Amino acid sequence: MKGKAGIRRWLLQNLGFATAVLLFIVLFATYNVLHPRGFSSAVAIQNSNETVAIAFVAMAQTLPVLLGGLDLSVGAVMTLTNCVASELLYGSPAQILLGVLLTLMTGAAFGLMNGCIVVYGRIQPIIATLATGAIAIGLALLIRPKPGGKVDDDLSWALTNSVYDLADTYGFADGGNAWWLRPFADIPVPVILVLLVAFVVWVPFRRSVTGRTVYAIGSAEGAAYMSGLPIHRAKIAAFTLGGFLAACGGLYLAIQTSSGNADIQQAGAYTLNSIAAVVLGGTSLLGGVGGAIGSLFGAMILRVISFYFRILDIDPLLQPLIEGVVLLLAVSFGAFRTLRVKNQLDLFR
Amino acid sequence: MTDAIVEYRGISKFFAGIRALENVDFACKAGSIHAILGENGAGKSTLIKIMAGVLQPDTGEMLLEGRPIVFPTPTAANAAGIVCMFQELSLVPDLSVADNISISDPPRRFGLIDRRAQVARAQELLARVRCEDVDPNALVRELSLSRRQMVEIAKAIGRNPKVLILDEATSALTSRDVQTVYDLLAELKADGIASLFISHRMHEVDALCDTLSVFRNGQHIETFAKGEKSEREIVRLMIGRDVEAQFPAKPPSKPEDQRGEELLSVRNLKWENRLNGIDLSLRRGEIVGLGGLDGQGQKELLLALFGVLRDVEGEVIVGGRKGLPSSPAAAKSARTRIALVPEDRKTEGLMLGMPIADNLLAASFSKISRGPLIDPLLARQAVDEGVEKLNIKIGSAEDAVMTLSGGNQQKVVIAKWLMTDPDIILLNDPTRGIDVGTKQEIYRLMRELANEGKAILFYSSDYAELIGCCDRVSVLYGGRVVSEQQGDAITEESLVAASLNIGVEAA
Repeated sequence: MKGKAGIRRWLLQNLGFATAVLLFIVLFATYNVLHPRGFSSAVAIQNSNETVAIAFVAMAQTLPVLLGGLDLSVGAVMTLTNCVASELLYGSPAQILLGVLLTLMTGAAFGLMNGCIVVYGRIQPIIATLATGAIAIGLALLIRPKPGGKVDDDLSWALTNSVYDLADTYGFADGGNAWWLRPFADIPVPVILVLLVAFVVWVPFRRSVTGRTVYAIGSAEGAAYMSGLPIHRAKIAAFTLGGFLAACGGLYLAIQTSSGNADIQQAGAYTLNSIAAVVLGGTSLLGGVGGAIGSLFGAMILRVISFYFRILDIDPLLQPLIEGVVLLLAVSFGAFRTLRVKNQLDLFR
Repeated sequence: MTDAIVEYRGISKFFAGIRALENVDFACKAGSIHAILGENGAGKSTLIKIMAGVLQPDTGEMLLEGRPIVFPTPTAANAAGIVCMFQELSLVPDLSVADNISISDPPRRFGLIDRRAQVARAQELLARVRCEDVDPNALVRELSLSRRQMVEIAKAIGRNPKVLILDEATSALTSRDVQTVYDLLAELKADGIASLFISHRMHEVDALCDTLSVFRNGQHIETFAKGEKSEREIVRLMIGRDVEAQFPAKPPSKPEDQRGEELLSVRNLKWENRLNGIDLSLRRGEIVGLGGLDGQGQKELLLALFGVLRDVEGEVIVGGRKGLPSSPAAAKSARTRIALVPEDRKTEGLMLGMPIADNLLAASFSKISRGPLIDPLLARQAVDEGVEKLNIKIGSAEDAVMTLSGGNQQKVVIAKWLMTDPDIILLNDPTRGIDVGTKQEIYRLMRELANEGKAILFYSSDYAELIGCCDRVSVLYGGRVVSEQQGDAITEESLVAASLNIGVEAA
């Protein structure tokens, strides 16, 4: 099963994902070579901080896309949870923990609502979430009419720097000097947070019956129904998990910026970028193919492109143009499929 | 029948007032292989869809092992041990073979799917259907149709069925696989499992089944043991003796040299594994029927001629030149002048939400335009002409086409294509689901068009129509023309026999 044939098969089955990983590695390596200071922990920390929110939102977007839909509320849910978090993340450790949980629950509850509207209201995801996205922004504005808020300073510092700083702040592992922590001391905490969520939340979900049903629905909903799979449950679960992941993004944004901001433009930009990241990461907009890890790489690719503008002498005004070209090239790659279709009517089904 | 595993009592099912099953009593026993026979539309698939929980009966009750039972969903039927393999495969193309085989109840560890166990289970089941060559880690989308069907069978067996329903399960299989399925069914029979077998291949039924049930027009006609009746008697049971609709008179058959000019000639047409070498010719002034059971390549043939399919092989001469049109747009162009009235008027024939007028004009915008703009006057004229010619009953031409009855909708589709002034008219089951009166109008129209010098290729799943309308009929079986019949030689018996590909043509 393993061996050369196995790897070849895996590559063929995950061509989009493999392309995204390769593209990211090339872009990121080149970026670090070109960087005036070279690769350093400080740059890595800064880069990863800027990537976390879009990475979470892209993972959130992946689930509705796998179902064959789109979620236009992910950016808004991130914004809403960002505002919620900016009200709750201070006080005693217990209070902070409660605040974190409430923030994440807000996002999950919002996703649950999206799922119920889509399943029981029989409304297409794109229009249902267009409406609920506006509602989320409205709620965010009620909570925080003006940018601001209060976030525990220690938390903010510890989670946006290296593992050493985390240990130093909370005084564990000999304040970061324990021998067993040394190998990890320079890793940025945000990287660990994203990987943690990816492997503790996404990977098990993908390997559950509910998760596989999400793929089955996107691939052939009729076959999924005829196979007796829990279709409603899977759809609701997908949107709920999407809401949860968007809340992870909002929570991190609050910690990173120490504030909340009900910024409508920002919410819209995050939603559109999340779709771009999902597609770049090899997930099919038709549903059924791809995954959140791919979207993670898609988000990183988008961010790395923006980093280039900082170190190279390019007019930052060109950034949307170049991002657009990269996205278009990546998407055309997937369009080759249609060349193989033998019954042209199938293109419209 | 005391040992019946599934029993129907007085089950009826209607679709929009049309009878699909009426007052059916039916039973199938444990440890038997039971064939369900009948023409297209006899109610076979409704029968099994009710058993599989896809449809709910309107009246009557179903008993499982003697107890009344209701299956609101396929899941419920599965849980009760009724496993159905449908013609349209129920596999998910983007998941792996192993995923598909264990799709609804995979082996789990700590609540998560255990992939290793799942692959092992898939290997075991694939070995049971002698498909060791299928890699459990391959995606279903990568497999050929015959391999997919075997995976489907492995999946069904993996669910430990009490009743296994095979709806045309062998239609895409190679002969080696068919033998495997035979052996498997015999094993299952020995284990006391009931298999319901729907097949259009008489010799398979003969080789495999111990009990046969014939359905006709939604009614259960008779159930008998294998060997009790001859093939001819079975065919007669399937046909019945219904009075047929009125058809316009056919012109007398003309000798070879007086026939119209040949508009279309097809030699050895092949596409994927659905068309396997079709020969056909179409002349001015004649109506040629395509017969045979559903899914023998008739639809693909029409699509191929209309330029919808890619990579079609074979020699085609149409419009005086070699080669098929490359697209529907090319097909309707001045060179070939082909029109197709498609199978599904709701998705391929009409834009349901748009006005009747726009639908009528949809294929002929070039005729009613001046430069880039549509001339409203010409458009108006064309619409009025079309409505009048086909006697379409409408309120206003601006009403959405979905407000019309099925028959009038079909007339809109036909009028739309007549507006392009075609030479060759391809009809894909144009009378399906419409009332008798409109059917007769369509038959008359077809004859008029033929008399005007057009050539018509007519697929119908209704044998009576083929007999009543066609000058010639080509019967398709397995993507090939197995029989060509002309004039008075076209009879119901000969058509049914040819479509089952059994040799009782002399009957």
